[in-house]
Amino acid sequence: MLNLHDTIVAPATPAGISAISVVRISGNDAVAIVDACFSKTLVGKDGYTIHYGFIQDGDTRIDEVLVSLFLNPHSYTGEDSLEISCHGSPFIVKRVIETLIKYGARMADPGEFTLRAFLNQKLDLAQAEAVADMIHSNSEASLQMAISQIRGGFSDDIKYLRQELIDFAALIELENDFGEEDVEFANRPKLRALVEEILTQIEKLRSSFVAGNAMKNGINTVIAGKPNAGKSTLLNALLNEDRAIVSEIEGTTRDTIEEMFVLNGVQFRLIDTAGLRESVDHIEQIGVGKTKAEMDKAELLIYLFDAGKTTPQELETELGQLPAVKHTVLVANKTDTVDFNAKDWPKGMVSISAKEKKLQLLVEKLEHITNVYELGNETIVNNARHADALTKSSEALHTVLEGLSNDIPSDLVALDIRSALYQLGLITGEVTNDELLDSIFGRFCIGK
Amino acid sequence: MVNGKYDVIVVGAGHAGCEAAHAAATLGSSVLLITMNMEAIAKMSCNPAMGGVAKGQIVREIDALGGMSGLISDQSAIQFRMLNRSKGAAMWSPRTQNDRMVFSNMWRNTIELNPNISMFQDMVNELVIQNNVVTGVKTAMGFTYEARSVVLTSGTFMNGTIHIGRNQFGGGRMAEKASTGITEQLVSLGFESGRMKTGTPPRVDGRTLDYSKMEEQAGDKTPGLFSYMSDKPLETQRSCHITYTNPQVHDVLRKGFDDSPMFNGTIKSVGPRYCPSVEDKINRFAERDRHQVFVEPEGWDTVEIYVNGFSTSLPADIQIEAMQLIPGFKNAKIFRPGYAIEYDFFPPTQLSLNLETRAIENLFFAGQINGTTGYEEAASQGLMAGVNAHRKITEKSPFILSRSEAYIGVLIDDLINKGTQEPYRMFTSRAEYRILLRQDNADSRLTTKGYELGLASEGRFKKHQEKEKAIKDLTNYIEKTSIPPDEINPVLTKKKTAIVNQKYKFKKLLSRPQIQVSDFDDVKTTKPYLSGLSVDLKEQAEILVKYHGYIEKEQEMAQKLEKYNNMVIKPGFDYNALASLSAEAKEKLNNIRPTTIGQASRISGVRPSDISVLLVYFGR
Repeated sequence: MLNLHDTIVAPATPAGISAISVVRISGNDAVAIVDACFSKTLVGKDGYTIHYGFIQDGDTRIDEVLVSLFLNPHSYTGEDSLEISCHGSPFIVKRVIETLIKYGARMADPGEFTLRAFLNQKLDLAQAEAVADMIHSNSEASLQMAISQIRGGFSDDIKYLRQELIDFAALIELENDFGEEDVEFANRPKLRALVEEILTQIEKLRSSFVAGNAMKNGINTVIAGKPNAGKSTLLNALLNEDRAIVSEIEGTTRDTIEEMFVLNGVQFRLIDTAGLRESVDHIEQIGVGKTKAEMDKAELLIYLFDAGKTTPQELETELGQLPAVKHTVLVANKTDTVDFNAKDWPKGMVSISAKEKKLQLLVEKLEHITNVYELGNETIVNNARHADALTKSSEALHTVLEGLSNDIPSDLVALDIRSALYQLGLITGEVTNDELLDSIFGRFCIGK
Repeated sequence: MVNGKYDVIVVGAGHAGCEAAHAAATLGSSVLLITMNMEAIAKMSCNPAMGGVAKGQIVREIDALGGMSGLISDQSAIQFRMLNRSKGAAMWSPRTQNDRMVFSNMWRNTIELNPNISMFQDMVNELVIQNNVVTGVKTAMGFTYEARSVVLTSGTFMNGTIHIGRNQFGGGRMAEKASTGITEQLVSLGFESGRMKTGTPPRVDGRTLDYSKMEEQAGDKTPGLFSYMSDKPLETQRSCHITYTNPQVHDVLRKGFDDSPMFNGTIKSVGPRYCPSVEDKINRFAERDRHQVFVEPEGWDTVEIYVNGFSTSLPADIQIEAMQLIPGFKNAKIFRPGYAIEYDFFPPTQLSLNLETRAIENLFFAGQINGTTGYEEAASQGLMAGVNAHRKITEKSPFILSRSEAYIGVLIDDLINKGTQEPYRMFTSRAEYRILLRQDNADSRLTTKGYELGLASEGRFKKHQEKEKAIKDLTNYIEKTSIPPDEINPVLTKKKTAIVNQKYKFKKLLSRPQIQVSDFDDVKTTKPYLSGLSVDLKEQAEILVKYHGYIEKEQEMAQKLEKYNNMVIKPGFDYNALASLSAEAKEKLNNIRPTTIGQASRISGVRPSDISVLLVYFGR
């Protein structure tokens, strides 16, 4: 059984050396526990105040700190909470936490701060999930999306759809229970129109999942091309670091290499691949296989070729073998080494010199692509579980339509509507489901 | 002085009281059934019909468990209809029109034939309670009876007040006295009580009606039966008739609104929204210029007619004037006017799932005292209360049906966890697992349980087992058998569905909406097997095959929720200790004290977020 009466403590900032680190403590006794090891008395002080002093264990001073005080219910968890900003050394953080534990706090379980916020009805399920996403967000767009979800936009949209469906279900139920009496029957064409309208909205939310997923996890970007086209050089140039081993020898990159690259607040998950060629080297063959698999999954394919060693005809053959990808950017590399005339090459192609870090044209092209992923006012689904529930709702609603077409009995129509309601309810937490809670709270790292 | 000692005393001999007495006595308790009027056993105080949508399923369930309402309904029926035939199997609902007098007499015989039941005619006006345990009752004539358990089924009698226009007088039913004393005693012991209202239409002389002005509604051509033990369907039936009110009728009724106890504030209690009085209908749905009126005979040998749909408490002269403007009613003579009645009930959230009050041990409530309406709802609660009264005093575990097992389970679970603001009537939409709770399979769901209780007889149990086996054999046969195209194509053509050009599985053919098992009766391959099987059997096997996907889906859902029903909350848990629960949830949970997380989730006012809190708190 969980003990929600304990006062919990955990570091709120990542481990490592930094200017400052924050230790957070929350619970009924949080203020008293800090008072026991702080140079000042905080009991009776107002919330939203900051206090300078020392964390000390008896006569031993541990660190010079600032303590931010939040009082129940005006804190993240809804309980009395304090944030202690100490110096950013793992040793100091450890000593501060040990001291707080000595005076009555206990180490927080993973996700326990957010769990308490949820239990104190500060967040609903979708919002709690968004917090997890926010903590893991690596780019501005994904952060923005998480924040908008915390404010409840996503839940509201679903709640609205669900209410529409409930009203629809009520009509059918009326017909079921009072069919013998003089009631008006649910108008089938109207019902069909309503289901179709709801489906359109669900479909919109569902398709926003792709964009949402890209924002959260980065746009899946594969850099591919013939061996020695300069793919790894391009990766290093984009990242401004030597992440991939670059050599003149063809086939140097045998496995795929993955790196995050942020442009205009949008994340690209860059995947450098082994060059595409028929190879006798067994390991390299495996690498080529992987490259093909990655290309199939890609949302953006940067196809690179050596402008000095490729003819337009050869390029056309190569392009014919590429899979269909949402966005493909054709990049002529090593244009510094040859006399390059853009007229001979396919339209929309950009030329760069990865070695010289002349990437301007490619970066402009990528910026253009990021616009597609920019966050508008539309609600965006970024969570795989939500997308799954929307898919299942959509399936159930399609079954409803199918049933209406086949003129199936109204009790079965009602059952299909109930399934859809159930699926939608899973998103907003209106249906309790303990596996759901497990999966949500298991994802939090310690401290949040 | 003690005038007698019994295991169980049942107070009231309506539909709830009779089933309660019969159940407890059949299980072996000595029972005293006390009623204010032995001439009025199991009266149909309102319409002369049993069953209907959702209610017919309940009668089937009572029967499957070994109760008597199904058998008595069959034997007193004057008409049988399977309602909702055009809808799916979950909606099929049997209903009978009944001979009110025969129905009542048969119950009286049933009671008299049970050696464990004694009867006494008097009014119980006090319960004997010692240390919060009920130990007997006292009557108006000064008799005292001891009992180990008491079942109260007071119907509309506790402080009943009858209204007709501005006239109001005490009464539990027209021409019968109200009962007094119990409400006041229980309220003084801390019970919460409330008032409810119901009403009934005028009865008229059938000889004065012109049926040629009405639509006839005849019984089914091949009438069915409620009871799994009945085998003689009706050979002749009486028809009902349908007619309609009109704007002239409404105008006359409106003249009486000032004198209506419903509108002038005399009646403050709540009536059922789904069974409104005719004045309520024209008031609330002013845009409708007509309402349906069902003309129902009250029996085989009587001219008395029940005017269903015309429930009213307007002044009697207005009732007559308005009614005579209805087509077919021009010369109608009234036997008895319609009236409204207010009565005491106890919000059922004060009970446990075995229908025992939480405040007073061994005291059980059933029927309208719990805020329900309907003979079927009352009878099923009576049966459950009788069984549980017997089991309590013999120290056996409570007998509780789940929401996926029976409408009776849905009914009691709703009452205890949600309470009710208006007279509670069963609807199929109240059940989450409608496809599982069908009228055709009530025996599959419940007869084994009834037999294990000791309520369903050996004979019933055997018949049930034989039927189960026959259904299983038939569904296996349907699964396995293939039919050549030349045999089946004529049938398919006739039914306007695509023909086949090779051997085709029986099961696959049956999955077509147009095709039924009975279509195979004369097909060469299937004829030898199908001939000799009963219609019911074929129908049930057909449902199992046709609805297989849906049945499975609901079973899965039920199992998922069953998990919550297995998560036990320890008694006496202090919800106030959970700061994160909403204030309303705390109050409701502390009050109702659910035994499982599943039950907690169904309490009104307990939100899903509160359940998440409990799940998390109890370690998920």
